[in-house]
Amino acid sequence: MLDTVFFYLFTLLTLGGAILTVATRNAVHSALFLITSLLGVAGLYLLLHAEFLFAVQIIVYVGGIMVLFLFVIMLVNLDAAAAQRQFSRMWPVALGCVALVGLELFYFLGKGEPAFRIAAPPPVPEPTAGNTERIADVLFSQYLLPFEIASLLLLVAVIGSVVMAKKRI
Amino acid sequence: MNGVPLSWYLVLSAILFSLGVAGFLFRRNIITIFMSIELMLNAVNLTFIAFSYDLRQVNGHIFTFFVMVVAAAEAAVGLAIILTVYKNRGTLNADDVNSLRF
Amino acid sequence: MLDSFIPSWAELLRFMPEIILSLVGSLLVMLEPVTGPKSKSMLGHVAIAGLIVALGATFVAHANPGAAFSSMIVVDGFATFFRVIVFTVGILTIFSSYQYLDREGSNRGEYYALILFSVVGQSVMVVANELIMIFIGLEISSIATYVLAGFLRDDKRNNESAIKYFLLGSFATGFLLYGIALIYGATGTTDLGEVRQAVLQSAEPPVLLLSVAAGLMFIGLGFKVSGAPFQMWTPDVYQGAPTPVTAFMSAGPKAAAFAIFLRIFVTVFESVGDRWEPLIWASALASMTIGNFAALQQKNFKRLLAYSSIAHAGYVLVALTARSEIGTASAMFYLAAYALMNMGAFAVIAHVAGKGETTVDVSDFAGLGAKQPVTAALLTIFMLSLIGVPLTGGFFGKFYIFKAALESKLLWLAILGLLNSAVAAYYYLRVLVVMYMEEPSARTENLEPMPMSLQAALWLPAAGVLFLGIFPSAVLEFASASARLLGQ
Repeated sequence: MLDTVFFYLFTLLTLGGAILTVATRNAVHSALFLITSLLGVAGLYLLLHAEFLFAVQIIVYVGGIMVLFLFVIMLVNLDAAAAQRQFSRMWPVALGCVALVGLELFYFLGKGEPAFRIAAPPPVPEPTAGNTERIADVLFSQYLLPFEIASLLLLVAVIGSVVMAKKRI
Repeated sequence: MNGVPLSWYLVLSAILFSLGVAGFLFRRNIITIFMSIELMLNAVNLTFIAFSYDLRQVNGHIFTFFVMVVAAAEAAVGLAIILTVYKNRGTLNADDVNSLRF
Repeated sequence: MLDSFIPSWAELLRFMPEIILSLVGSLLVMLEPVTGPKSKSMLGHVAIAGLIVALGATFVAHANPGAAFSSMIVVDGFATFFRVIVFTVGILTIFSSYQYLDREGSNRGEYYALILFSVVGQSVMVVANELIMIFIGLEISSIATYVLAGFLRDDKRNNESAIKYFLLGSFATGFLLYGIALIYGATGTTDLGEVRQAVLQSAEPPVLLLSVAAGLMFIGLGFKVSGAPFQMWTPDVYQGAPTPVTAFMSAGPKAAAFAIFLRIFVTVFESVGDRWEPLIWASALASMTIGNFAALQQKNFKRLLAYSSIAHAGYVLVALTARSEIGTASAMFYLAAYALMNMGAFAVIAHVAGKGETTVDVSDFAGLGAKQPVTAALLTIFMLSLIGVPLTGGFFGKFYIFKAALESKLLWLAILGLLNSAVAAYYYLRVLVVMYMEEPSARTENLEPMPMSLQAALWLPAAGVLFLGIFPSAVLEFASASARLLGQ
């Protein structure tokens, strides 16, 4: 019961934030509403027993990525932009596309589990270790290579953003 | 599963994803467009976690973790590109950043 | 527990090309501050040396095929084939970049490092046997390429190219990821082999969910390979980026994207093939038609080749529609031939473009045949190959694709594709007519002689195109054998 209440609460945060992100005129407001939405998603992670990702979502997404967004918004002067037309001239076409995507996903996913399950998941015994420990176990054994390769991704991102944004190279 | 069935989470993330797509297609401000992409990625992450919970695995958590890493890397590079565009053009309206024609 | 941390030597050997390139790329970034402004080309030489060593390591790895790192990657014929393509594309890109970067005054070490990292990303994509690896490889390749597209950051066209490529690329990634999430939900795994097993073994596979996943992944990959209706970014991005980078984008990332397209759709989604076949059928036809008819009206040579690359993506999609071994093999062959001929054609543009890329219209090539007959002859080879004239790689590529289409009873697609090739011949031949028949333009009158590096970027692909056109069987047999293994 309490789960359901929290689900609705976080859903409200998530969807309300998302709608306002897309609809507000001012970019700073958009960013703040996006943060709200991300916090809502973090709450849902907690409901789904993804405690590690709940923390990562708040620290990395909200604390890192969104602060970066806000910095850039402050750096560029968007006052003039807020007065301009905000929506594309092509919006009827876009609306059609979105309706299509939304309906499609809605239809298939709304049909419920039986429509998209190969077999009932194997009854895994309740885990003895905590969420973070289990993630660490899998990450550093089975998923070791992606973990290492991700360091290359970060290196590319560092070099790339320096090449793009440094004053004098 | 607790009181909330899996399909609710899936429908929620489908709505979130569609909102992201809508923002990408509707909005003209490049930064807002980029924020819409973040919404799409979050919808995907939510799907992964929901499935992962239902399957009682942590593989989906790992995938989400990597999506977050990639989102951070993309944000750094993307915002750097946005800054160079702003420096050279003085605008971040997608309609104005459209000069290549035959 | 500790054992699983330490990879065996055989596993390392299978991943050696990527390890070598990552190390060389990092080395370049460290060498960059200590090299003088005049000797930046030396860094390019180091990058080429690294790519050649990686090419060697690819063959060593191929001698001992198999999976590695808890089957995160798998070295098979398919992976080796595409590794060779992306490494070769990397080498050719660097050869055609020296003169260009010097002329624009931005010969910097980061450029070569980013090319290497992008190649590593593509290489990871093609050897990946797990959707996580595919995703991370794709992102490494894409992020490096976004930056390369805007490398001359004071140039407005570069900025625009980079931002468009970045936004559309990330948008596409979102769709691809959603598709992956649904596959994970349906099967409980992201390992391609296990996914395939799960789908094959289940009594009633979740056709609906897999179809939606296939559709979403098709959208994501459609953007990456610039197939219609997701092609609209291609002309702007290709036109705005520095020419050597355009060449790179049209060959390397595209070949790697097609590689994962093939790997995923031929293995995982084969059981729902009837559902997505019409989708790809329509996309193939639309890509060919839009690409060829739009290319007819282009004055800008880079834009013309951008539309032509959409059309060529359409031909490869025809091969995918065939859903057969010979279809896969012909797609592989075609991608190899296309990478070579496109790299060569763009190298000629990079030579003629001039400082600030002011002369990239087809009319600027007038009189090239009289002024630099060798360059013109090589461009002629590439153009004829793009048309698909016999004795060039392009001919056999098209021939095998349409043969595969006919064997899979795709009569109409084959006929419409052939008609499209005839349309395409017009705009490629127009370039040749301008080049040989018209009076020299202001640009070709004062064209500087071609430096050695650029000559290498022309002669190597020309030799490759002719080799594929005269002795196609060796490459095709390798491709067929790999395709057979892939389908198992």
